[in-house]
Amino acid sequence: MPRLTLTIDGRAVRAGRGQTILQAARSHGIAIPTLCNLEGLTPLGGCRVCIVEVEGRPRPVPSCTTRAEQGMVVTTDSERLAAARRMIVELLLAERNHTCAVCVMNGNCELQTLATYLGIDHVRYGFISPLASVDISHERFGMDHNRCILCRRCVRVCNEIEGAHTWDVGGRGAASRIISDLAEPWGESATCTGCGKCVQACPTGALFEKGAVATRKGTICLERLVEWRKRGEP
Amino acid sequence: MRSAELLDRMKKAREMLAAAGTRVSVCMGSPCIAAGAEAVLRELRAMYGGQAIHVTGSGCMGPCGRGPLLRIDRNGEPTAFYEKMTPADACAAVGAYLDGNANGPGRLAPDFPFIARQTRVVLANCGTCDPESLESALAVGGWSALAQAIVHLTPEEVCAEVSASGLRGRGGAGFPTGLKWTTVAKAQGTQKYVICNADEGDPGAFMDRTLMESDPHRLLEGMAIAAYAVGAEVGFVYVRGEYPLAAARLRRAIAEAEQAGLLGRRILGRGFSLTIRVRIGAGAFVCGEETALMASIMGRRGQPVIRPPYPAQHGLWGRSTLINNVETYGCIAPLIRNGSAWFKAIGSPGNSGTKVFSISGDVDTVGVLEVALGTPLRHLVEMAGGVTGGTFKAAQTGGASGGCIPEGHLDTPVDYESLTALGSIMGSGGMIVMNDQRCMPDVARFFMNFCQDESCGKCAPCRAGTQQVSRLLERICGGDADLADLDRLEELCLLMRDASLCGLGMAAPNPVLGTLRWFREEYEAHIRGGRCPSNVCEREDSPCHGLP
Repeated sequence: MPRLTLTIDGRAVRAGRGQTILQAARSHGIAIPTLCNLEGLTPLGGCRVCIVEVEGRPRPVPSCTTRAEQGMVVTTDSERLAAARRMIVELLLAERNHTCAVCVMNGNCELQTLATYLGIDHVRYGFISPLASVDISHERFGMDHNRCILCRRCVRVCNEIEGAHTWDVGGRGAASRIISDLAEPWGESATCTGCGKCVQACPTGALFEKGAVATRKGTICLERLVEWRKRGEP
Repeated sequence: MRSAELLDRMKKAREMLAAAGTRVSVCMGSPCIAAGAEAVLRELRAMYGGQAIHVTGSGCMGPCGRGPLLRIDRNGEPTAFYEKMTPADACAAVGAYLDGNANGPGRLAPDFPFIARQTRVVLANCGTCDPESLESALAVGGWSALAQAIVHLTPEEVCAEVSASGLRGRGGAGFPTGLKWTTVAKAQGTQKYVICNADEGDPGAFMDRTLMESDPHRLLEGMAIAAYAVGAEVGFVYVRGEYPLAAARLRRAIAEAEQAGLLGRRILGRGFSLTIRVRIGAGAFVCGEETALMASIMGRRGQPVIRPPYPAQHGLWGRSTLINNVETYGCIAPLIRNGSAWFKAIGSPGNSGTKVFSISGDVDTVGVLEVALGTPLRHLVEMAGGVTGGTFKAAQTGGASGGCIPEGHLDTPVDYESLTALGSIMGSGGMIVMNDQRCMPDVARFFMNFCQDESCGKCAPCRAGTQQVSRLLERICGGDADLADLDRLEELCLLMRDASLCGLGMAAPNPVLGTLRWFREEYEAHIRGGRCPSNVCEREDSPCHGLP
């Protein structure tokens, strides 16, 4: 139920209390690019791609975690924001090994789509290519850390929706890795139910289905799933 | 113990101190212990312990770089300081003093500026009292402010007094402490927490360690007054893992205070109760950020979460939580004892009180000094005995989150606003002085590597940005960069400042932006001329050379 009004890109927008800027904007057809955000999961505010400018605040705020407030004046698109988003995606592309030609998600990858959307035709930073490992110990799925952007959708979906908490983050900074259980091979995980929600949630080819066919992602609508859960339906 | 008993005990402790006559104190802070203070104390005890003079361990006396330090008090007044003591020298010095000879080995001049020019409020009892004895803390007035607060003041009055003093958070950002306390005091909910942020991780910062090691009761008293003011019954001191001595002394102080009824249930026979626990960090700089610190206390991964909600509304286990820095709590007891007007009279308008700095780098005397806020930077350098190995080039304030102050701004008063205007920050009080032999891009590289190692990895601008900025600085120092790299460097720094999730990422580019602002020509010399004006990066054996 809309109970407050704010201005987004010069348009008056109504929003419910507790809604984020991103939710308010999307419900009015205003597109804000996102990456780590996935409807149905607790917002993380980690990738910073969805940053927007709010009048009176010294620096941009992530729209996925910032609550809409009465009278707020929000700008979702400006030169400064576009430049910042481009740089962030370039940083992510340069951080590990995103070689689209050998990626199962080529053509369906959210990172790739976002890079195209932002008009990135080259990367200005040195490719770090850290030679991260690949875990194919699971019978159906694989994890290629080279393609991981540390958005933690897998961690959140496993924790919040499946309730298994198989995934977490080990190490810090550049050495951060998504780990299963206590940094054990995925195939030996005692908690993994093999549900595949993490693979569905992963925006890149980091988590993939084994086999020759391209991994199809996004076949589960997590938002609806969460709604059903709340209503107590099976 | 009731407050009358406390007063009685304090009086007895004071009388004992006065009756001690000549007292020899050996600094038992970790720098002096590392320099061999324990052997000095042992030897002195063996030689003089049975006599009328009193030999004791004490807290930090200030000039840590000149340890082990020894101090001789007569009738409670310090009369002589001695530096760089060995057991033999110490015995000779004390012997000479007792014989009436003023110039024993290693004696510091009576007007030694590092000690004589300090304004000690927070560190008032450091070096005076024995950190491992409650009696010793009581003798110098420890815990009297808590008694005063809970007997004579309501929690609202305590908050009002702190607000009126103009005290600002000493952790770096300078948020008004009174406002924070009032917010927590007014927050809903019965269970509240107080936390002391003692995760002092900045390179070159050791003020908080000094206070915890030298006068742990002062910190606990400040926390107890805060807990009384905001209505908390549980407190945590989050000590970084690298400070085992500080943690041990805090634990001992907590146990002694609990035994004396100064902590625990029904403090001083009143309705106020407080339990304080020590939590040890596991070696993450980011855990000095308040939300990451709370996550760590709760046993979660030490990484920040987005504010708001602020800890005052939604802190430990979702309850309203007050977090202050060690030094902030250290200001509380004298503030309550002497009143807000007294506190406000120290320092400059808008920046009341004193600030403790740990000064290191290219200065004659490395150590901890406390001055009134607004003291010019030049005075601090002078107190430390001036610059060694060359002339003054810059001073880095605020550690890896701060910037540098060049020579032209040496007369800047050290206060929150003046430092911010120069692109630096007050930070927690680490101050690294650099002489003209230092290469500024190399300095920036050092701090950026530090931030890269310490980034938690949660947000992309900080995690990936620090990696790229580090690599760009390696290229510049290595002489492989072009001018476009300089633009890229600046652009990335501004992105990190704008878009990072927490204070670590936002402040990480400050050392780069600061050195770029004041020493851009050095960067250009590295790029255009392929040379390092300070001859740091040019040499084959320099740390900049041959790195990826």
